[in-house]
Amino acid sequence: MVNDQCSMNYKYFPHTQEDLKAMMAKAGVKDLDGLYAQIPEDIRFRGDYQLPSEMSEMEVRQLFEKLGTQNQQLTCFAGYGVYDHYTPSVIPSLLQRSEFLTSYTPYQAEISQGTLHYIFEYQSMMAELTGMDISNASMYDGTTACAEAMMMAVAAGKKVNKVLVSAGLNPKTRKVLDTYALHQGIELVTIPIKDGVTDLSTLRSQLSTLNSQLSSIDGVAGVIVQQPNVYGIVEDFTGFADACHEHKALFIMDSVAADLAVLKTPGEWGADIAVGDGQSLGIPMQFGGPYVGYMCCTEKLIRKMPGRIVGMTKDNRGQRAFVLTLQAREQHIRRQKATSNICSNQSLMALFVTIYLSLMGKQGMKEAAQLSYAGAHYLCDKLIETGKFRLAYDKPFFNEFYVKYTGNSQSSILNSQFPIDSLYQRFIDAGFLGGVKLEDGLLFAVTEKRTKEEIDNFVKIAAS
Amino acid sequence: MNNRLYGNLIFELSKEGRKGYSLPTLRSAQRDACPSKNSQFSILNSQFSIYEIPASMKRTEEPCLPECDELTVVRHYTNLSNNNFGVDTGFYPLGSCTMKYNPKINEEMAALPQFQNLHPEQPKDTVKGALALVSLLEKSLCELTGLAHFTFKPYAGAHGELTGLMTIDNYHRSRGDVQRKKVIVPDSAHGTNPASAAVCGLEIIEVKSNPDGLVDLDDLKRLIDQETPLNGQCSMVNGQCIAAMMMTNPNTLGLFETQIPAIAKLIHDCGALMYYDGANLNPMLGACRPGDMGFDVMHINLHKTFSTPHGGGGPGAGPVGVCEGLQEFFPFVSPYHGNYAVMMRAYAYILSLGREHIKEVGPLATLNANYIKESLKDVYELPIDGLCCHEFVFDGLKDKSTGVTTMDVAKRLLDYGYHAPTIYFPLLFHESLMIEPTENESKETLDGFIAVMRKIAEEAKTNPDLVKSAPHTTPIGRVDDVLAAKHPVTTFRQLKAEV
Repeated sequence: MVNDQCSMNYKYFPHTQEDLKAMMAKAGVKDLDGLYAQIPEDIRFRGDYQLPSEMSEMEVRQLFEKLGTQNQQLTCFAGYGVYDHYTPSVIPSLLQRSEFLTSYTPYQAEISQGTLHYIFEYQSMMAELTGMDISNASMYDGTTACAEAMMMAVAAGKKVNKVLVSAGLNPKTRKVLDTYALHQGIELVTIPIKDGVTDLSTLRSQLSTLNSQLSSIDGVAGVIVQQPNVYGIVEDFTGFADACHEHKALFIMDSVAADLAVLKTPGEWGADIAVGDGQSLGIPMQFGGPYVGYMCCTEKLIRKMPGRIVGMTKDNRGQRAFVLTLQAREQHIRRQKATSNICSNQSLMALFVTIYLSLMGKQGMKEAAQLSYAGAHYLCDKLIETGKFRLAYDKPFFNEFYVKYTGNSQSSILNSQFPIDSLYQRFIDAGFLGGVKLEDGLLFAVTEKRTKEEIDNFVKIAAS
Repeated sequence: MNNRLYGNLIFELSKEGRKGYSLPTLRSAQRDACPSKNSQFSILNSQFSIYEIPASMKRTEEPCLPECDELTVVRHYTNLSNNNFGVDTGFYPLGSCTMKYNPKINEEMAALPQFQNLHPEQPKDTVKGALALVSLLEKSLCELTGLAHFTFKPYAGAHGELTGLMTIDNYHRSRGDVQRKKVIVPDSAHGTNPASAAVCGLEIIEVKSNPDGLVDLDDLKRLIDQETPLNGQCSMVNGQCIAAMMMTNPNTLGLFETQIPAIAKLIHDCGALMYYDGANLNPMLGACRPGDMGFDVMHINLHKTFSTPHGGGGPGAGPVGVCEGLQEFFPFVSPYHGNYAVMMRAYAYILSLGREHIKEVGPLATLNANYIKESLKDVYELPIDGLCCHEFVFDGLKDKSTGVTTMDVAKRLLDYGYHAPTIYFPLLFHESLMIEPTENESKETLDGFIAVMRKIAEEAKTNPDLVKSAPHTTPIGRVDDVLAAKHPVTTFRQLKAEV
């Protein structure tokens, strides 16, 4: 009977026929089918799943490699929130330590100090990068971290449901915010951009108009901006935090993590919450994930923060130890009153980032930033020299910039979509990912990985 | 644990002037001055060196990051890993988490450079292989669950729950059924269910369990028929305000909800949808499909049933499946394909097992759980007797006179080299001890665990203090949770300020 049903001789199953017999006897069933005696017959699944037959490791590898050949390997000049930074070889090797990889949430602190310890380090490093007081143990990615910040602002505010969002926010982040806002009953209002940057005077008038309305529910809970913004522009946020705080709104900054090693930090700009994606800290692009979202805030807001937090404590032997703390905020205790539904996050990717920052240190971060900055500005100058491109906005940028393509005949086909598409395809044919098409222009990014030779070859295509 | 540097933070190993990285070029003036060496990068250097980040952009205070050489970093994290316990270390019977073996071939596939180097904004015809994998995995999951479509956007189980509930909310809104804002969950449900509902703007109502640990059908009928006030003016039957019923099956106690067809009918008859929380899908492989049970929407925790590693708390993946017609209501909860590399691992797992072995997963996981349950129920309190699925719950030790709690048993297990089961969940019992062995564990492993559990029960009688003060052999002892919460120190900067 057993033999008829299952072959049971498989590398992931240790059960011998003898084991099965003894165990079924103990469980009080005659055969394995008997284990499901309670399931009504008409909903039992009988027969075979329409799936491929079992594959050996060699066959699995062959199949994946075959699929891999259908992916084009392109030299990356694209960003749009995902950057092709270098991954030091130490990281993949340490990430495969199975004591990290195959463990779960560190509820049993006595045998999880490894995880708790690195999360404490991660929190410390993210707080340093953002210039904020504290950090949580990680979020899923930058877009959902931003959505959580939006909800956090509304929860922290007193019965207000509006959040102002700069038009400089990446549209994919905005789309995620729109999704969460719809179901939460939060109203998002766009702050327009002027000359490529968030317009402070409009923000000021939006804040005072909305807050002066009769119903208090129209008040503004938070203001969200992005740094560098979606066009790659490094914005000057002087006066933003004050404008927000005058109206009791939280100032939320969404930033590219790696850039913060050099750029003025959310803390220095007076932000209450700093969020963003940590992918730029050496995490491979891997077609969209896993990455890691970060969320940092001021000490005042710690009890409003979603997600896990690790804190220092002592054990009963007097040793320093680390432990999950402030869990009264979380879903497994608070249920529907929790600050968020997040539980598992991106712990292993937080370890990735922690090792990256340990290796790079502040000096390495600065050097990589300088290389990226120089490469991007070199590319930008060379593109403009071709006479076929112009910067859409005359504003400072970091390692990403937004250009309009004026094509081969500057006067006739300005703003037409077609020349961009054909240029973009020419880049691909030459083995380049030529930025991201955004509105009627192109958004290019350069990291420390791009050599001068690659940039020069890229410019040749652009000039052709 | 046995190393001299144990317990240090990487910041405490830092020394000014050390570095653990190498980049292709230096931007110093000296380097520019001797361009003969390293020609390519010197050219790059001299070309680029005119571009300096302007001071106006820069932060004024430098970040305090460690300065360490490469070996120091490698040793530090290797030593940290030695203070951790994973599935590869030993038996990890953490109930509701499905801590199964994470095959190594999956890791190798996920690291293939042909996938790892893909930018998510690459045009479709340059990523045909990557997209083919998405549809192959979707097809497999549809077959295994009996549903018609999947979205891979959700990053984790809780994110999947939220996505599924948003899908349901979108569906009702599209029909003008805007009053459907209530979600029924069993009182044994995981805390994430109500939290996800709240984030989705929905309200939870709990249905009671009957003495057999299953959904009380009469209570469910009562909830559906109840009058509910609406806007303070009119009232309406609750059934018209229900958006969905959210369940796991088997439920949190590891028991199969035998009345599921009747429950699904009641819910569908009042115009609501059935949501399947895939947390407990593992025992259903080879036994029963959520779609066939009458569920319309579900999420799958790929890190549970499909063997992707838990990573110390993520990254996981929570793809959401729906029956035909609901796919147009999927929300935009993330920009791309969620945690794509996690999906690659899951597909490698499905291919490895194939149709022959994937149907053996459920029966073997179920056999292992029943074997432990039957071997221990004379010393641990089994509140609901009978067959369980992949997991079951004890309500602490049978002999309550010793004062030894579930917490003590859990901590003592650590001394014997086992991870503790899930404790104090579900909330239905005071001393819950939830055990889930998975299909990968051998009879010898289970016998060893059973012997230790019996030994602890014995120790509870003969030497209760030994159990109450456990663990004794771990790198650290029991921690002071109150101290951590009362006076939060969560960064190295705060820690330094303490001294």
